[in-house]
Amino acid sequence: MLVNRKLILAHFWFAFAVFGVALTLGAWQMFIRSPIGTWLSNPELYYRSLTAHGTVMGYVFPTLVAMGFGYAISESALEQRLVGVRWAWTGFWLIVLGSIMAVIPIALGRASVLYTFYPPLIGNLFYYLGVVLVVVGSWIWVALMAINLRVWRKAHPDAPVPLAMFANVAGSYLWAWTAVGAALELLLQIIPVAAGLKNTIDAGLARIFFSWTLHAIVYFWLMPTYIAYYTIVPRAIGGRVYSDSMARISFILFLVVAMPIGMHHTFADPQVGAGFKFIHSAFTALVALPTLLTVFTICASVEIAARLRGGRGLFGWIRALPWDNPMMLALAFSFVMLGFGGAGGLINMSYQLDASIHNTQWITGHFHLIFGGAIVIMYFAIAYDLWPHLTGRELVDVRLIRTQLWLWFIGMIVTTFPWHWVGILGMPRRMAYFDFGDPAIAPQALSVTFSVIGGFILLTSGIMFIVILARGMRAPQVDAGPYRFALAVHQPTTVPVALNTHALWVALMIALTLTNYGYPILNLALGGGTSVPAVYVGAQ
Amino acid sequence: MSTRDLFTFGNRHFRIGVGIVLGMLIVTAIAGFVVLPFAQPWVQFANVWDAICSAAGVPQRAASVTAPEQTKRLSEVVLTSHTLARPNQEAIGRGATLAQRCAICHGPTGVSRADSPNLAGQYAAVIYKELHDFRSGARSNAVMSPFAVNLTEEEIADISNYYAYLPRLPAYHPTPQLPKPNIVIYGAPMRGIAPCGACHGSLDNKTGSPWLEGQSEAYLKAQLQALASGERRNDISQQMRNIARAMTPQEVEAAAAYYASQPPDVVKAVD
Repeated sequence: MLVNRKLILAHFWFAFAVFGVALTLGAWQMFIRSPIGTWLSNPELYYRSLTAHGTVMGYVFPTLVAMGFGYAISESALEQRLVGVRWAWTGFWLIVLGSIMAVIPIALGRASVLYTFYPPLIGNLFYYLGVVLVVVGSWIWVALMAINLRVWRKAHPDAPVPLAMFANVAGSYLWAWTAVGAALELLLQIIPVAAGLKNTIDAGLARIFFSWTLHAIVYFWLMPTYIAYYTIVPRAIGGRVYSDSMARISFILFLVVAMPIGMHHTFADPQVGAGFKFIHSAFTALVALPTLLTVFTICASVEIAARLRGGRGLFGWIRALPWDNPMMLALAFSFVMLGFGGAGGLINMSYQLDASIHNTQWITGHFHLIFGGAIVIMYFAIAYDLWPHLTGRELVDVRLIRTQLWLWFIGMIVTTFPWHWVGILGMPRRMAYFDFGDPAIAPQALSVTFSVIGGFILLTSGIMFIVILARGMRAPQVDAGPYRFALAVHQPTTVPVALNTHALWVALMIALTLTNYGYPILNLALGGGTSVPAVYVGAQ
Repeated sequence: MSTRDLFTFGNRHFRIGVGIVLGMLIVTAIAGFVVLPFAQPWVQFANVWDAICSAAGVPQRAASVTAPEQTKRLSEVVLTSHTLARPNQEAIGRGATLAQRCAICHGPTGVSRADSPNLAGQYAAVIYKELHDFRSGARSNAVMSPFAVNLTEEEIADISNYYAYLPRLPAYHPTPQLPKPNIVIYGAPMRGIAPCGACHGSLDNKTGSPWLEGQSEAYLKAQLQALASGERRNDISQQMRNIARAMTPQEVEAAAAYYASQPPDVVKAVD
């Protein structure tokens, strides 16, 4: 029962439009600093572009997809009209306003601070206010998801919350809490300096606040993807979810352990004690658990579909899968990229191994493979799956969709594998140019050239994606029927209260944040003497 | 079971959930705060509490270790981007009177004909810092140091404000404008050298960095060489010394010649 289609479409279209722009910037950045581009005579232009790319891809695009998808889930999984539609539109327009407000100073070169803010570098105040508006807009969505679930619960006491909605609300709570870190950084540290009220900043404390957000934000980006794994893919390929409980446990685990692990981003920072770094490292290892559970459950679900289609044998069933189904293809690509990206992630989170790849192109390769690859390819799949239900029109060109997915997969591998490689060789990230004429890095020129080719394959695929959706707005009308989610093999009739509510897990998430972040933050906040002069972008 | 019973030990999920999380926390805390600190043979701890404090990052002052004595003075000036940001007319006027004694080398209009730096239109924070350093002895020069040694804090601020107020006149170093050399625009990434232009204008300005356009080539070269040899050491955290040491003689020549050939009116307008 999708009633507010315009609302959902608005979220998706704005998300994909800014995604298209940021993707183009990304490809340009790769080209301009590769051996086939000419060195930029002004590196500021590179950082300007990089800031725009990161801000859009990190804050605006995935947030809008999660929100749009969240509204779609709320209406269709709960079979209930969205409560608070006006608020939802307010949230959307806040994000639009915030994005424009942030992008103007970036375009003017007044906020080339990268999306990670990089204090003591300080950009124009309106950039930060724009980001704050984006976050506030998304918090409205968080509140609406909680309220809609509450309304539904009142009407259905003791009934199991549909898995898609359970996961969706878990994702929204995760986002609400994890965004607090960046919000604290902005409100307490950066904005007073950007507004001229202070001219020193505690860069170390600001980095710790940001690490609070920086890692769990990835799991917030990941949530729509995992929801699609569990609740869309099995239905789309004619199977069933192997275990509803396993799915709920995975989402619960994400909620609890995705948050108190961000300090593995600050292994090289001197302001954090080694003991806390170790705890964060250990908890980061735990976060692999829900992913492994998911891989197992989804493989089992897919096997069910294959056997229902007549697949036989230990591995023979793989051939019986509907490989021409875009959803199947997207899932397979996503899993491959998740596998490589996840393996790389285990290296990043290891205190010792991290030292060899810290701040190198390896990291850039890693998060592009995980986010741009495993996650975003499922965003495409979600859009393809929802589109006929949102527009009332059929997406006719399945072959084009398949080509688009293939290109995205190939492009992402060709882009990120060489990045990982040159990272191991020591190539630093966030550099505007490299002197490939220097014998020390000349051998890396070939790898970097390959990754540029990958970047342009990605750009081609991204353009195809937008074209497919745009054409879908004008295709012949069809009745797509109600939007449904996958059923479990044993569809739950009753669910233990712990697996049907979020309170316990949210409480654990907050408790772990206090134990893992409390002392390091208080130590710096109350200790004093750790601030440094701010460096204003473009100011003398 | 109702939601109310969720947070009770009667609830199996509560017991298991909280138990596992707490267990993980205790095990990792013991490993991170006790076991691993003692596993480092090169660090000695007096007791377990000492190890825990160390692993938690509690700031410690080592009482027994005295700071190595500095044979030469270092710069003690603290600059922010707000230093001398809003001068008043009176300060500029006082500065003009005081600056008469500087004119013999730095020129009556702040443009030197004696291979001394041109000061007209230089950033106030830059002059402020250099005068302080000359006064404290962090930077020394046979001619300049005696002038600076008796200046008061207010006089230094006034002189700085006065020169910052003067218009940037074309310098007396008429050479054809040279194209930007690599060291200015790209630096040398493989030797950890940021482009000169990233701090000194051309690309961007950083607090405390002077603009260099139209300065004397001989002066620029001499300063780079002095920084490389360690003779000059008033740069904060060795920022310039690290760069100058890594520069080749050709790069020093190229950078000095390039900046000397630029008219100061091309200084990037950032104010």
